[in-house]
Amino acid sequence: MIEVHSVSFRYHEDWVLQDASFRVEKGEFVGVIGPNGSGKTTLLKILYRLLSPQKGEILFELVPIKKMGRTDIAKRIAVVAQETHLLFPFSVFETVLMGRSPYLGPLMFESEKDLEISKKAMEWTNVLSFSERPMDELSGGERKRVFIARALAQEPEVILLDEPTTNLDIHHQMDFLDLILTLNRERGLTIVMASHDMNIASEFCDRLILLQEGKIYKMGTPEEVITKENIEKVYGCEVWVDQNPFSGMPRINLFKKGVPER
Amino acid sequence: MKLVTPKKVLTVSILLGILLILVMLVSITMGSVKVPPMRSIRILFQSILGLKGAGSETERTIILSLRLPRAILAGFVGAGLSVAGATFQALLRNPLADPYILGVSSGAAVGAIIAILLGLSTSSLGLPLASFLGALLTILVVFYFGRQDRKIHPNTLLLAGVIIGSFLSALIMFFISVSQKEELHTIIFWLMGDFSFSSGRAILVIFPYVLLGVILLYLRSRHLNLILSGEENAIQLGVDVERLKLVSYLSASLITAASVSVCGLIGFVGLIIPHSVRLIFGPDHRLLIPSAALVGASFLIASDTFARTILAPTELPVGVITAAFGGPFFIYLLKTRKVIKTL
Repeated sequence: MIEVHSVSFRYHEDWVLQDASFRVEKGEFVGVIGPNGSGKTTLLKILYRLLSPQKGEILFELVPIKKMGRTDIAKRIAVVAQETHLLFPFSVFETVLMGRSPYLGPLMFESEKDLEISKKAMEWTNVLSFSERPMDELSGGERKRVFIARALAQEPEVILLDEPTTNLDIHHQMDFLDLILTLNRERGLTIVMASHDMNIASEFCDRLILLQEGKIYKMGTPEEVITKENIEKVYGCEVWVDQNPFSGMPRINLFKKGVPER
Repeated sequence: MKLVTPKKVLTVSILLGILLILVMLVSITMGSVKVPPMRSIRILFQSILGLKGAGSETERTIILSLRLPRAILAGFVGAGLSVAGATFQALLRNPLADPYILGVSSGAAVGAIIAILLGLSTSSLGLPLASFLGALLTILVVFYFGRQDRKIHPNTLLLAGVIIGSFLSALIMFFISVSQKEELHTIIFWLMGDFSFSSGRAILVIFPYVLLGVILLYLRSRHLNLILSGEENAIQLGVDVERLKLVSYLSASLITAASVSVCGLIGFVGLIIPHSVRLIFGPDHRLLIPSAALVGASFLIASDTFARTILAPTELPVGVITAAFGGPFFIYLLKTRKVIKTL
């Protein structure tokens, strides 16, 4: 579905991404992990052409993404990014309707069909009950669900998630990820998620891409990527990797080292 | 559902349009020369129908050649400044933005003051032309500094505008300090915003800019909603943001330039009308732009009517009235924080 061919990108002097190549298959749930500043967010931004790489090429279903129009991209790729600051708050329903934007012509107003699709999206994400409330009165978890509803209203084939679970408590993290997994498994949506939380990535993703200083250090199943050697090499700190007794997926344990006795 | 639909926009526009017409009718019946209200309105309608009957020649001149053009002019300026203010608030994502924030007004003022000092203000076109040129030049200079790598950076634009505006204000101070007593009065009235300079012909100057600008901005109102939550957000939803920023900056700036060039710096309209309308009708620009235009027009016509009648036969600059009403109202909004939670 998405093919990235030796892509390199820099904002100024230094390369933020270097010679990255990978593919994302239809219906896959791919995680992008790596330390701060390793290029996770930049990589996502390149996938929907917010940024254009200086070298390399990205194909979306064999079409170079730089040849696609903005609205074309928005109809196929939805993005749930980190919280945006709202100047004048819209209601939940208005926010979700904005997801129909790429489909609206110069007529500018939403049709019955747009309302229908948005309502369905709100049903799926369980936000319909508070659709009249302004966005700035919602909790972090509720807001995240609204943005997923907006993404669904775009009727995309791919959803890109940038650190979706930051600022959520574990209950809301699990709710959110279960929702994403359901969308992935039941609707065949392709998901690419950048995350700091390697245990979550290991638990939910089919495949992981581990970045180090803008280069792909390792790519593969969670078992292949999340190993003691890989993590210690990329993050430069000691960890203990075992298996999650419940799912059998690799799990990272942190521990204190060499601290003097009290 | 409280969504914005074409029907809602139409209903609100018609109601506010009726309000605007009522305000205009009241405005033409008031003034230092007493013409009975019913007779004023009869003069107006008969002239619309091409009849000649009611009132004396003098009364007809007062109503049709003085008060009516002035009300129409105030209406265009009020509508233009309100829409420009709403646009700058969205474009710069700053609730304190108004049409003058990027220095257009200071540029216009420098142009106007130079015209006054050169004695050009006696001809009816000299003053507006000079201030329009001053505004235009400022728009281009600010644009030049606010744009890098063929992209408009709102924060850079804001800084460039504010700094160029301060520089021009220094020039204004300089000109004021060296000007003569008679010129000083004209300059100060211009700086406070005043319709008494402008002739009916000014309507023809401002009308195309305001009409075209408002239509261009209205056609992008849905995209202005999206850019309120940030450029990346708008791009994710398929908006060509560079084009949006370019069109909205130029349209709002040209509307402002045309408005200030006919009547000087009328403050507060472009700041408080968008905020008040947002408070009543919500932040959706598809409803906000037409209602801000109509409310802004009504507000400025009413303010100007006050300005020319309250101390009649002396006329106050209309800017005094808008600021006197606008200032306290805006403070009230800030205090209640119903719209401006982010401040």
